[in-house]
Amino acid sequence: MQMDLRTVSIQPLRQTYDPVARRFGDKPASRYQEGTYDIQSTANFHYRPTWDPDHEIFDTARTRIVMSDWYAFKDPRQFYYGAYTLARAKQQDAAEANLGFVENHGLVANLDAGLRDRAIALLLPLRHVAWGANLNGASVCAYGYGTAFTQPFIFQAMDHLAIAQYLTRIGLLLGAEETLDKAKESWLADDAWQGLRRYVEDTFVLKDPFELFIAQDVALDGLLYPLVFDTIVNGVFAAEGGTPIALTTQFMTDWFKETRRWADATVKTAATESPENRALIEKWVGHWRDRAAAALQPVAQIAVGDKADALIAEQVEQFNARLAKAGVKV
Amino acid sequence: MDMKTSSGKKLGLKEKYRHMTRGLDWETTYQKREDVFPYVAYEGIKIHDWDKWEDPFRLTMDSYWKYQAEKERKLYAIIDAYAQNNGHLNVTDARYLNAIKLFLTGISPLEYMAHRGFTHAGRAFPGSGPRVACLMQALDELRHAQTQIHSLSNYNKYYNGFHDPAHMLQRVWYLSVPRSFFDDAVTAGPFEFMVAIGFSFEYVLTNLLFVPFVSGAAYNGDMGTMTFGFSAQSDEARHMTLGLEIIKFILEQDPDNVPIVQRWIDKWTWRGYRVLTLVGMMMDYMLPKRIMSWKEAWEVYFEQNGGALFKDLSRYGIRPPKWLDQISFDKDHISHQAWATFYQYGAIADFHTWSPTEDELDWLSSKYPDSFDKYYRPRLDYWREQAEQGNRFYNKTLPQLCQTCQIPMVFTEPGDPTKICYREVDYQGEKFHFCSDGCKEIFENEPEKFKQSWLPANQIYQGNCFPDGTDPTVEGFDPVSKVLEYYNIQAGRDNLDFDGSEDQKNFAKWRGMATSNE
Ligand SMILES: [Fe+2]
Ligand SMILES: [Fe+2]
Repeated sequence: MQMDLRTVSIQPLRQTYDPVARRFGDKPASRYQEGTYDIQSTANFHYRPTWDPDHEIFDTARTRIVMSDWYAFKDPRQFYYGAYTLARAKQQDAAEANLGFVENHGLVANLDAGLRDRAIALLLPLRHVAWGANLNGASVCAYGYGTAFTQPFIFQAMDHLAIAQYLTRIGLLLGAEETLDKAKESWLADDAWQGLRRYVEDTFVLKDPFELFIAQDVALDGLLYPLVFDTIVNGVFAAEGGTPIALTTQFMTDWFKETRRWADATVKTAATESPENRALIEKWVGHWRDRAAAALQPVAQIAVGDKADALIAEQVEQFNARLAKAGVKV
Repeated sequence: MDMKTSSGKKLGLKEKYRHMTRGLDWETTYQKREDVFPYVAYEGIKIHDWDKWEDPFRLTMDSYWKYQAEKERKLYAIIDAYAQNNGHLNVTDARYLNAIKLFLTGISPLEYMAHRGFTHAGRAFPGSGPRVACLMQALDELRHAQTQIHSLSNYNKYYNGFHDPAHMLQRVWYLSVPRSFFDDAVTAGPFEFMVAIGFSFEYVLTNLLFVPFVSGAAYNGDMGTMTFGFSAQSDEARHMTLGLEIIKFILEQDPDNVPIVQRWIDKWTWRGYRVLTLVGMMMDYMLPKRIMSWKEAWEVYFEQNGGALFKDLSRYGIRPPKWLDQISFDKDHISHQAWATFYQYGAIADFHTWSPTEDELDWLSSKYPDSFDKYYRPRLDYWREQAEQGNRFYNKTLPQLCQTCQIPMVFTEPGDPTKICYREVDYQGEKFHFCSDGCKEIFENEPEKFKQSWLPANQIYQGNCFPDGTDPTVEGFDPVSKVLEYYNIQAGRDNLDFDGSEDQKNFAKWRGMATSNE
């Protein structure tokens, strides 16, 4: 039934849902706020998980980080499902255009064969790193506490799946199906990759969701993305005529720039909560940074040979400066 | 997405998808598989070859974003327009709003639980096919929770009872029914979760949830709810395929899985059916313009469609769920028994109840010729007379709840609608009470789990449902008002009869302004 309604202005009884009003006052709220604050259960759980009887379904005790309010975390991008999906749809349009451009203009055929081989050797095993990151994103989302903290991790998980899939397409563009198989063999057996594979597999068994966030999203992604995509692909490869490769990985470059802001905000919020949190985070960041830097050294070598040490040192320095801004000294 | 290799060779869909998912996975060697996937074995389900999993929808992330963003754009455009034009004044009758309050408090927070549950299941499975499918659904479920909260946000601005759904879900007496259902699923192992939610709920029972609410919205002029409902249904197609795939996959992997799955199907059909009592009540009593009766919906969506499904599954050695005889007998009764309960406990609910109109009673008589006039109409007539004389009936005694489904003990014996059905079990020196053979057997299979149930009535009696700092020993202590405060139900606004409510008055006033020239 559709009636003819005159436009009238009527006075609302309230502006938003109670949990949002309790936090920010009863005023018009954003979709991020209404879709995020206090929507996860915190009280009166009925049963303990049969898979983890020592904890409630959602339990602050799964991590050693202590927060008086887990909704102190805020995603600077204000991503809820809709905002996230629209942002990524736009980026995938651009990625599609870039891949199409490289493909349609036959740009790969003009690449220097040596450069192409190095690019394949460097980029393709990273499919598996991204796949591992997908698993870790799911872990933090499943076992973390509070929607403000956990929600970004389902986005991280799916972003990493997308990156693994983009890398697959790039592999097929640069090589063939066998190229993917060979890269997987390298990932499984070549010395150069074993440090990184061990790192990734070790993160799979981390039980503390916040430590996992540090190991995966802060330390590993924080060194790997700027090193591989900014410094090597956009810098070294592009200078050697590899601009088409840089076009195909633009998604990763943009993605890291964006997600880094969220990771920094998350670190900062937890670290400023208490000296205990800060000390714990500093310990974790230091430990996983050192391991990640060591694991990435032979990987960088594939692409830049003996310049690897210098590049890694530079990355670590930038990483430390970045973390210092987020309130963490390492 | 068109994909070629550098040599120009075109890849088939299957090969392409294989590289995009299966090809990414590897067997870990630095960490043991059972440490990486610790939750996959303890339920006793045997999987020999994860690669036998047929990916039900071969969707890569870039296509996912593209399709979903298109849907989001359309949905939010309609939500905005609906809010701007005071679309809520288009609903048939303000009583209708109570149906969507039930949805927002009883269903939307469960969409969120589904989001976390599918994330957990996706994390738990070692196979890449199920992992990707579960995580995509996890993302969709976050969408459902949030689009529902956003769509109904405008109703919350103008009407009572919408203001704190997640808080109420964790506290209000009747909301422990849907909540414990989902807590049960999430605390089960990943395989049982998939059979419970992916198969039993999303595949077998989903139409009984969504059709009533979405068609109910369409029939009653609620464009807002209709739109998010249809938009969610387009995801549901994928979810249903996943639900069916998981069950076939488990059953095909090992014959030892069959009895385990059978027990889960029995359990979750019964659990789901009990939760759907709320939907049955909504269809028969809360939609000013009815779509069909609960009984008709059950016959079409369960007996006919479900019948075909279970015939199909019989080749794996699966039989139809237990207790169907009782369900079939009960379809003449449960919606009436539920409405009578909510009518009586209208002082402690977050939505309004009322006496049906004469027309509506006639409609119920015609839809339920074997039961309504005989067992239920006389009581409703009596309550209406009483209400008209100013004696609106409110029951002040808390009911006993079923230990499993947590519904008050209001259901009747199979075959005898005049006798309340009680069952009990002694366990570890304690007595536990049940509404039915189904709920009793579910308890007996997992007593360690179900003895933990957080039963709202018992919790109130134990003094656990008052705001922090309440002193029940003070002179003139009023437990009901303190419980309402704990629930965050605003006394006199959210609860009591629709007749005389603020919602009723405001809607009449605003609609009057919008349809007249003053
Ligand atoms: Fe859903
Ligand atoms: Fe029950």
